[in-house]
Amino acid sequence: MPSARRKPIYDGSTVDQSEIDHFSSLAQEWWNPDGKFKPLHKFNPVRLTYIRDTLCSHFGRDPKAVRPLSGITILDIGCGGGLLCEPLAKMGATVTGVDASETNIEVARLHAEQSGAEVEYRATNAETMAANGEKFDVVLNMEVVEHVADVDVFVTACAKMVKPGGLTIVATINRTFKAKALAIFMAENVLRWLPRGTHQFEKLVKPEEIAGPLETDGMDIIETTGVFYNPISDSWNRSNDTDVNYMMLASRPA
Amino acid sequence: MADELPQRVDCLIAGGGYVGLSTAVAVSASAPHLRIMLVDAAPRDAMHKDERASAIAAAARRMLEQLGIWHGLEEDAQPITEMIVTDSRTNDAIRPVFLTFGDASGASGEAPFAHMVPNKALVTALRAKADETNVIQLHGDTVAGFEPTASSMKVILGSGAVVETALLVAADGVRSKLRDLAGIKTVHWAYDQMGIVTTVAHERPHEGRAEEHFLPGGPFATLPLKGNRSSLVWTEPTGNAKRLMETDEFTFELELERRFGHKLGEIEVAGPRKAFPLGLTQARDFVKPRFALVGDAAHGIHPIAGQGLNLGFKDAAALAQTVVEADRLGLDIGSSITLERYERWRRFDTVQMGVVTDVLNRLFSNDIGPLRQLRTIGLGIVDRLPSLKRRFIDQAAGRGNGNPALLRGEAI
Repeated sequence: MPSARRKPIYDGSTVDQSEIDHFSSLAQEWWNPDGKFKPLHKFNPVRLTYIRDTLCSHFGRDPKAVRPLSGITILDIGCGGGLLCEPLAKMGATVTGVDASETNIEVARLHAEQSGAEVEYRATNAETMAANGEKFDVVLNMEVVEHVADVDVFVTACAKMVKPGGLTIVATINRTFKAKALAIFMAENVLRWLPRGTHQFEKLVKPEEIAGPLETDGMDIIETTGVFYNPISDSWNRSNDTDVNYMMLASRPA
Repeated sequence: MADELPQRVDCLIAGGGYVGLSTAVAVSASAPHLRIMLVDAAPRDAMHKDERASAIAAAARRMLEQLGIWHGLEEDAQPITEMIVTDSRTNDAIRPVFLTFGDASGASGEAPFAHMVPNKALVTALRAKADETNVIQLHGDTVAGFEPTASSMKVILGSGAVVETALLVAADGVRSKLRDLAGIKTVHWAYDQMGIVTTVAHERPHEGRAEEHFLPGGPFATLPLKGNRSSLVWTEPTGNAKRLMETDEFTFELELERRFGHKLGEIEVAGPRKAFPLGLTQARDFVKPRFALVGDAAHGIHPIAGQGLNLGFKDAAALAQTVVEADRLGLDIGSSITLERYERWRRFDTVQMGVVTDVLNRLFSNDIGPLRQLRTIGLGIVDRLPSLKRRFIDQAAGRGNGNPALLRGEAI
């Protein structure tokens, strides 16, 4: 990754050109389907399909329509470079992407500018937003809970932002031996999909550890779906096996 | 030439044959908000000179039905209700039938497994649909070059215009120029055979029967057209074929009669002769970033099984489905993640068909005694095994697993 920063050339504005170069090279990396983030790009269709179909059936939309998610407000927590936010915005949703990393937010903003996707990006965190009383129709929590310091506090904060009649989807990796073997050992050491140390076994989260705070906050668990990688077709598919990757869907009563 | 060329489209297709047109129509009919542009080197009326006809398998027909094109073609389409296959020498007076498909009586109530459709009618109908679904059609221009960027493909046209597209589709035939420009290598071998295509008028009706005679020079197929006419696909070693192409009407008809026989009465050549060199071409890759090959540009095969066009329709249906489904998820239709799905979907099937046609041609286009006996036994076995025959027919009809939605007669 290029880290050498050139001295900014003064062009009359306060914008630092070397900063922009830095972010745009990062953006290119995030959005290059054949680059470092390829595993995430390959994983994207299966989770987007799940999100779209679930939202369409919950809010009574036709998934084949143009911009089927029009008018639905979505919060994507831990949005990274915006790989999920942009497609959701193109499907018509009003999307807010949030990431604790200022760099990620800059990268996501820059890419959205180039692609013309309308997404509101903010460098903040779930706890602050919940404290400010922000509410959304849908709160997405994709591949984040296994990285936070306190799952209980984090999941509760996210749940509080779901409007009555709204949904939340939490996607993560289960804390099982199978996950240790596949999601950590295989993915990080054998297939090298992810940098070593991306996931720590102790920080993986069991479904009941997510269901607990959601239910305490008055949400109903609708279903838990597994997502499994098929090495023969080289694709991700939904499955009943929730031992490794899974997504939990919960709703708040209207 | 269109008055105003858009600067940016979602999908640019090079090649205005059936495959390019059906790809355009399949995408635009399912996702009308996508801007599709089709660039065709030939002037718009060029195809009107094409007197040939093509065999449309049941699966491809279902796709045309789904796209709302078939009803306009039905009048010109001759159903093939029966097909017989023989293995014989040119001068054999009686050609024992080894394999029969279908049921001429129609008693089984099944739809015909294929139709013969005049190329002119097919292209006219596809173009009308393309007009109706707002496909921008540019005739008399070519794709001269292209260059992928992170977010689009910059396409430079022969006329000098520059158009940006999310996806560039090459449907420019077996000698695809775009395939070469993209740096995609092919596996290719020539068969030292040519296919002669013409139309024959005959005295008595064919009753919807297609015949394929495996003669030592190559397969000789007759395919029924509307009225007392049949389309011929006549394969000969290159030397013979060239002589036949140059010879006078009388000699040509004489040679034809030796092969066609007199079971349909007097015959007469009723269309121009055309000859095509036969070969097997398989592209090593079907996709590159923001670039996809469809139809003959991806794979050219021997016409022995009449499957070339149908493979092309299948490519069109699979690519259209891949593109439309990615678009419905808000994803980039030209990204390698999207295109890899199309490649995985189509490559195995097309390689398999290439191998099958190659083996059939090698096995049948000769007069070697032991091979003759082997084929006789083989065809006899296939004819006596209803389940195997069923599979061949199902395959041709597109009922196999993993077929694109359009070929199953479903909307994308």
